[in-house]
Amino acid sequence: MAGSQWELPPELCCRPMAFVALTGLDVVYNAVHRAIWDAFCANRRADRVPISFKVLPGDHEYPKCRTKRTSYEWYIPKGILKTGWMNKHLNLVPALVVLFYELDWDDPQWKEKQSECATKVEIVRTSLQGRNTKVAVVLIQKKTPLPPGEDLVASERAATLCNACDLSGKSLFVLPHTDHLVGYIIRLENAFYEHAQTYYYTEIRRVKSHKEFLNKTTHQLLFVRHQFKIAFFSELKQDTQNALKYYRTAYSLVHELRAHETNMLEIKTMAGFINYKICRLCFQHNTPLDAIAQFRKHIDLCKKKIGSAELAFEHAAWMSKQFQSFGELFDEAIKLGLTAIQTQNPGFYYQQAACYSQDRKQQAQQLCQAGATYPSPEPLDTQSGGLDFYGQRPWRQGHQSIDPPDAEKEKTGILALQIKERDVPHSELIIALLSNAVAQFKKYKCPRMKSHLMVQMGEEYYHAKDYTKALKLLDYVMCDYRTERWWGLLTAILTTALRCAYLMASVKDYIIYCMELLGRASTLKEEQKLRIEKNLIKVLTNEVPDAEPECDSSSVSAAKSLWSDRMALAGSNELTIEVQDYIPFIQCKAKFQSPSFHVDQPIQLQVFLRADCPHPVSFNKLSVSLSNQEYNQWCVVESSGQESMSLLPGKTKRFNFSFVAKTEDVGKKIEVRLLLTVAGLGQPDHAAQYHVRLCSDTTQSECYWRSLFVQIISRVPKISVQLSHQPPALNNEMYCISVTIQSQEEGVAKDVKLTAGLKPGQDANLGQTTHVTLDGSKVCDDTAPALLPDVPLGDLKPGEKLEWCVYVKCVSTGPRVFLFHVAYSIDTTVEGRQIVCKCHKDETVTIETVVPFEVSVKFVSTKFEPLDRVAVDIPFLLMTDILSSSPWPLLLASSSLQLTGESASECFCLRCPPLTNSNSTVATGQYLISWRRYSSSADSPLIQTTVTLPHVILESVPLYIHADVPSFGRVRESLSVRYHIENRTALVQEVEMAVEPSDAFMFSGLKQVRLRILPGSEQQMLYNYYPLMAGYQTLPQLNISLPRCPTTNTHTLRRFLPQRIFVKPQGRQVDDASIAAA
Amino acid sequence: MSAFLHTSLDVVEEKISAVGKSLGDQRELYLGLLYPTEDYKVYGYVTNSKVKFVIVVDSSNTSLRDNEIRSMFRKLHNSFTDVMCNPFHNPGDPIQSKAFDGIVSGMMVQTG
Repeated sequence: MAGSQWELPPELCCRPMAFVALTGLDVVYNAVHRAIWDAFCANRRADRVPISFKVLPGDHEYPKCRTKRTSYEWYIPKGILKTGWMNKHLNLVPALVVLFYELDWDDPQWKEKQSECATKVEIVRTSLQGRNTKVAVVLIQKKTPLPPGEDLVASERAATLCNACDLSGKSLFVLPHTDHLVGYIIRLENAFYEHAQTYYYTEIRRVKSHKEFLNKTTHQLLFVRHQFKIAFFSELKQDTQNALKYYRTAYSLVHELRAHETNMLEIKTMAGFINYKICRLCFQHNTPLDAIAQFRKHIDLCKKKIGSAELAFEHAAWMSKQFQSFGELFDEAIKLGLTAIQTQNPGFYYQQAACYSQDRKQQAQQLCQAGATYPSPEPLDTQSGGLDFYGQRPWRQGHQSIDPPDAEKEKTGILALQIKERDVPHSELIIALLSNAVAQFKKYKCPRMKSHLMVQMGEEYYHAKDYTKALKLLDYVMCDYRTERWWGLLTAILTTALRCAYLMASVKDYIIYCMELLGRASTLKEEQKLRIEKNLIKVLTNEVPDAEPECDSSSVSAAKSLWSDRMALAGSNELTIEVQDYIPFIQCKAKFQSPSFHVDQPIQLQVFLRADCPHPVSFNKLSVSLSNQEYNQWCVVESSGQESMSLLPGKTKRFNFSFVAKTEDVGKKIEVRLLLTVAGLGQPDHAAQYHVRLCSDTTQSECYWRSLFVQIISRVPKISVQLSHQPPALNNEMYCISVTIQSQEEGVAKDVKLTAGLKPGQDANLGQTTHVTLDGSKVCDDTAPALLPDVPLGDLKPGEKLEWCVYVKCVSTGPRVFLFHVAYSIDTTVEGRQIVCKCHKDETVTIETVVPFEVSVKFVSTKFEPLDRVAVDIPFLLMTDILSSSPWPLLLASSSLQLTGESASECFCLRCPPLTNSNSTVATGQYLISWRRYSSSADSPLIQTTVTLPHVILESVPLYIHADVPSFGRVRESLSVRYHIENRTALVQEVEMAVEPSDAFMFSGLKQVRLRILPGSEQQMLYNYYPLMAGYQTLPQLNISLPRCPTTNTHTLRRFLPQRIFVKPQGRQVDDASIAAA
Repeated sequence: MSAFLHTSLDVVEEKISAVGKSLGDQRELYLGLLYPTEDYKVYGYVTNSKVKFVIVVDSSNTSLRDNEIRSMFRKLHNSFTDVMCNPFHNPGDPIQSKAFDGIVSGMMVQTG
């Protein structure tokens, strides 16, 4: 391949390693030798010393060393660097030759073997005549050696062997062939490495020593050569820092060379080599910025050094190679861990390389005219088959003066190069570089750069006449440009794509690209559009279109025959083009008049068409495809007979469609997909052979061919639902909500159904505490549901009114939302079609539930003194206060007490100040209240509300005393009071009793008494009081003490006794009578 | 050339997104040199409303420093703002303003 001329030589690109030759090993037949060799070669990882080993026969001929020059005085160098030099030092001239020899220290034939070994060493030495290459001997031994110094025979024999072979003791090694072979080998190779280092060191010294003989006028080339050699030897010595230094010197020396047309290529070649080495070492030293700086410097220095104008393509090729190899170095370094950034990545170098390759191609096209015959004899052949020096011309090797030695030879040489260049597959090279660049830009997030390069690739494929690949690439990037709306770029791409489609005679692609180029996205000039339109019409009428401009003539003629074949076939001529990916020349938009329609309204759809092409377009059918196929029949416009519909350029045409939705589509969405069948453009009378159907897919919401949705919703109900009730609801009551349904329909509303109750979706607990029933005559139980579904109410005539009561029992308080849903169906006519519509109307209402009244309870003694505890067996009072919290009047029908029993024994009846009677008792129980709204009808059920009574603390009294006292007394009229004293204990109680004198009374009876009361029995004391004063009078105090029960005293007992009595004054008549009595 | 501009948007986008994460609205509008190529230097500038300006300079032109480019962008931005403030201008339409054209061509002449 012709491109290989520019490839960098592999010996330049590899990492130089010290070369050590191994001799005396028979790796084919001797298993031991094979094992040794394998140990040297296998597993050469980074931790082992960098040596390249080679097995050579003992009598191998090494390259001859030329006799050393003693003076450079008359020496004129023929070139900078010989082509064989690097390879020679990498692979041919070893730094060290190692002779392997099987010999144990106690070998019986020691003498003979020693001399044989010496002979072999001598042979090697002879073939290395004049070189500084070291020689070393390795004795392969079967026995494990003793520690140094212990084996006297060994040390003695080693000395004699060294002597015989003329070796220093450091160059003799022993390799016991035992288990630890690899370990021994690693130690051996480290020793070899040291020898190799010394060798390269002396080589560097040797090259450096030439310097003093050189002079600057005639030996300029040698300065470069020597610096390069020193640097290369330093690399072999693994001294990369110094190598870099020497390469840098060499690089600046190269540019100091006198450059002229004849040696330009040589200078550039060497500059390229050295630059490559510098960049490589910089990356290796992890100083990528240095590498980039060096490369930029290199490019700036060399950019203008074009050399011979007739071979300008060579410069472009060389430049391209420079960028490419730097890109590869960069990429290599990234693989080894370097991080690149978006603006500095190998992609740019590949891209630039591609760019220069494109230049190369152009220049080659200009410079290499076809038709020239290849000169004979071959001017590019050399005697040796290759070049002696890098970068020289084969027809004048070694020539270093300014003018070419032979003008005729120069001419034929250049001609030969030009002819060769013609055969170079430039496009292939460019595409390879571009695809490298694309890969890089993809990695560094440059999508647009990537697209741009892909366009270039596509164009290159087009130039290479690989139209299928070109179209594939162009198609791929077109949508990026379309979405970013870079119309200018898109048009350029489309133009290329159209050419490809033309040359391939691909009808569908051709039509698509034409249509897009005619559309508004295209920035083409009017006349171009006209031309394209003409071609499009031709294709549609099954004619061969005219050739695209700028296509080369041979391809055009091939394309023409392809087209005529294609047209002759005329097989299936129906094309469906999915236009959502393109911007065609007909814009189409569709719109529903409203985002939703009621089912009894006709759905109105408008379709707008607009042509952007220069001439009117005719089409014969516009159809709309909806997600429910049944509607499609209503949305078609078809040209009748011959005349087809046409679109004027730049004018928008509107089509209105309307159709009636199906009742089963209520609640669904309908999607639109547009289909446009175009037949014949421009003149309507053209008989179109191709039917182009443009259609758009609804999944993509393209701005031009967009999909649309319409929501179909149910018909508006013509019915009124009214709720009347008296909020708030009272806890536990049968709350009545009356629902009035009145039809405003013109027809009969059939199957009216009511769903009433708690609106779903509220707090789950509400469902448990809410009960709905239609039966208000009794209190419903817990089994009643929270929502009554679909209560059939029959039919409803126009204007008819229905009234229903719904009873709701709310067990807990708080707000609730109730739903009243009335559904019915009705027959209607839409646009002459009978449909049955289902309608429904919802009413919701929020009702608060409150407690109807609050009940508070207190315990009091019979004297209405508040009690905190209750004495056993002694009557007391329970008072209930009922406070209404309802805004509506309530009727409390009755109340009752349910007692828990055990301690209740006595009851008092009394009328409470509020509305109700009440029974009171000790301990806890429940208090039931039956009530209803005052406003509710008499037959409405009573509601039972239960109030749990509070607990009360009980105490027992040992002695109970109570008095029989008349309700009032009269002045100076005797009134008898009987005191009952009961012993409640199981003991006999001794009671001391005394009556204190009082100002208001005289009395008769025992004033002071001491008595005994048997357990459980009662003693009665009778006193006759004679009141002296009128009004409320305190009764004479009774003092009681129980000597056996000191806790109970007068004070504790006194609360059982009445304190006061009302004394009426003496009536007149009575007075008289009393006087009379007196 | 427009392909060239288009590709430079890669860098603009990357720079904006990188800045957006760290600083929020305290963003420097001038993005600096977007990327160097063989023949041109591309500078970018993005307003707070994400309007992008790009200036392309010949690589050989060394007289233009960063600061000059920055002030060019400022001028361009001011002029652009004036255009946008024109009630007769329809956003999205190509700019048809003599003043704006004058500023742009003035800059062109100045830089040679």
